[in-house]
Amino acid sequence: MALIREFELRAIRERRNGLIPGFIHACVGQEATAVGACTALRPDDVITSTHRGHGHLIAKGGDPRYMMAELAARGVGYCGGKGGSLHMADFNLGILGANGIVAGGIPMAVGAALAFQMRNEQRIALAFFGDGAVNEGAFHEAANLAGLWKLPVIFFCENNLYGEGTPQHRQAPLRDLAQRAASYGFPGVIIDGNDVMAVYEATTQAAERARAGEGPTFIEGKTYRYRGHYEGDPMVYRSQEELAAWKARDPIRRWRERLLASGDAQASELEIIDKEVQEQLDEAVAFAKASPPPPLEAALAGVYGHDHDGRIF
Amino acid sequence: MSRIITFSQAIREAMVEEMRRNPDVFLMGEDVGLFGGVFGVSAGMFDEFGPERVRDTPISETAIVGAGLGAALMGMRPIVEIMFADFVTVAMDQVVNQVAKARYMSGGKADAPLTIRLANGAPGAAASQHSQSPEAWFMNIPGLKIAIPATPRDAKGLLKTAIRGVDPVLFFEHKGLYNTLGEVPDEDYAIPFGQATYHCHGSAATVIALGGVLPTVMNAAAHLADAGIEIEVVDPRTLVPLDIETLVQSVKKTHRAVIVHEAHRRGGPGAEIAALLAEQALPYLDAPILRVATANVPIPYNPDLEHAILPDANDVISAVTNLISYRL
Repeated sequence: MALIREFELRAIRERRNGLIPGFIHACVGQEATAVGACTALRPDDVITSTHRGHGHLIAKGGDPRYMMAELAARGVGYCGGKGGSLHMADFNLGILGANGIVAGGIPMAVGAALAFQMRNEQRIALAFFGDGAVNEGAFHEAANLAGLWKLPVIFFCENNLYGEGTPQHRQAPLRDLAQRAASYGFPGVIIDGNDVMAVYEATTQAAERARAGEGPTFIEGKTYRYRGHYEGDPMVYRSQEELAAWKARDPIRRWRERLLASGDAQASELEIIDKEVQEQLDEAVAFAKASPPPPLEAALAGVYGHDHDGRIF
Repeated sequence: MSRIITFSQAIREAMVEEMRRNPDVFLMGEDVGLFGGVFGVSAGMFDEFGPERVRDTPISETAIVGAGLGAALMGMRPIVEIMFADFVTVAMDQVVNQVAKARYMSGGKADAPLTIRLANGAPGAAASQHSQSPEAWFMNIPGLKIAIPATPRDAKGLLKTAIRGVDPVLFFEHKGLYNTLGEVPDEDYAIPFGQATYHCHGSAATVIALGGVLPTVMNAAAHLADAGIEIEVVDPRTLVPLDIETLVQSVKKTHRAVIVHEAHRRGGPGAEIAALLAEQALPYLDAPILRVATANVPIPYNPDLEHAILPDANDVISAVTNLISYRL
């Protein structure tokens, strides 16, 4: 969680410094959903992510060096500098990609789950999406198909209360979006998305259910983003009081306090983690800076699997 | 050795043979299973392969295409059917933003061997939402390949290439062709994309026929031949990649070109082909490049009105005779 938060803050800073040319949708404040959910998955399980996806990637094992290089549009980045923040993927880690289209990745996760079911594999897929996505047709079509075929997939809704610049309650007649699961024949679970253990436990149960052939689960983690929809968003749609109230429920601070209170960690150990995170990010930024941009001819490659003697068609 | 079968049987044979040789291949779509497909293309496949591999889906084009993509990314080779090509609009985000770009956005890493079969064309009194030929929409989307076969032999061979490939393919099947007959080889074969074929040779004009209009064009060719005018009918078979070299080669010989398709005239596949011919073969042309295509109106329900706006043999004959009499 600390790595995700610091990665985002570092990316925001490096964007201001000019290292990162594109836009960023930071997940600061939402670290517990990414970490709790991905920790409950196995390495060969897969996820689809969203425009606010850096946390999901890191939680699924993404390497901050290649992520930072991708944000900096470098040739060694996860997508060769051609995807950027919105399209980062690492198929070897089961990260099928962030997505620039709200709800766009959900059908893909359902399709991956279909492949697992057809091949009798014990793998599952997890689709991350936000509260805005449950008003998109793609969510409903995919949820219906997954419920109908009892596919091993988890629908993980990070309800951060805002779809872009409009409050969730002005976008849907429901506050509890997990209710939508009922119409597709699978359970909807509501949890505190800022409690990493609650997220982990709910996802573990959903994963067990999926692996047992009992079908999908919809998990709604109530959470909040501290930053705007995108960096530079003037955030006219919410109050400082609301932001302060959510910061009082900060997922990282709560987890620290819990670890210290239970004696599972000493303050000195947590300090070491913080220091290691900074070192890791220093290295990631240095790696990105030192990496060359992709050669211009890379723009024309990788459209199709075979290049047909270099012809673009 | 060869056999005579229908276009529809040819497509079925390609699917059945590929499903027998590779367990990763499966078919899904609306009514493709128990029903056998609304045009009967998958008839009998449900009995042979069962409901797992010949999957009836809800009426959910976005989920059908998106799930096909997800399965393809996991190493399956799905064939998904869009019952009427018009319905692909419901899945447009998946086709355009997800399927087409999966490889490029990931830096070239993702294989997405997804075959999307779409029944296009005006079958008669099906009106504006069940009759379109939307293939040109997708020519503007890098990352997709587009096949538009016109004969049983080409349909079977091109579909096998699509299923065995590593890229997403839109495979357009004109409804008017399903019951047409043609010869197919007995042995296993596949036809590479990007290779045009000749249906007849001549020197009076090059007539480029796309998909469902081939019988119309061959009818016109017979009439023109009776009048002593021998045209060359060339079928690109795939729009992406497009075998422009063969088309240019033919135009170098005939010096005249007509492009015939059932897609609407404005911004149709013919516009792109005409532009390429203008770029690459202008010195060889003795007359303007003409297009014979569907009028720029939605397809009407009334059969007489429908017939009036679709390209027919007389339109092709007129275009060719106009070109021959054209003087600079």
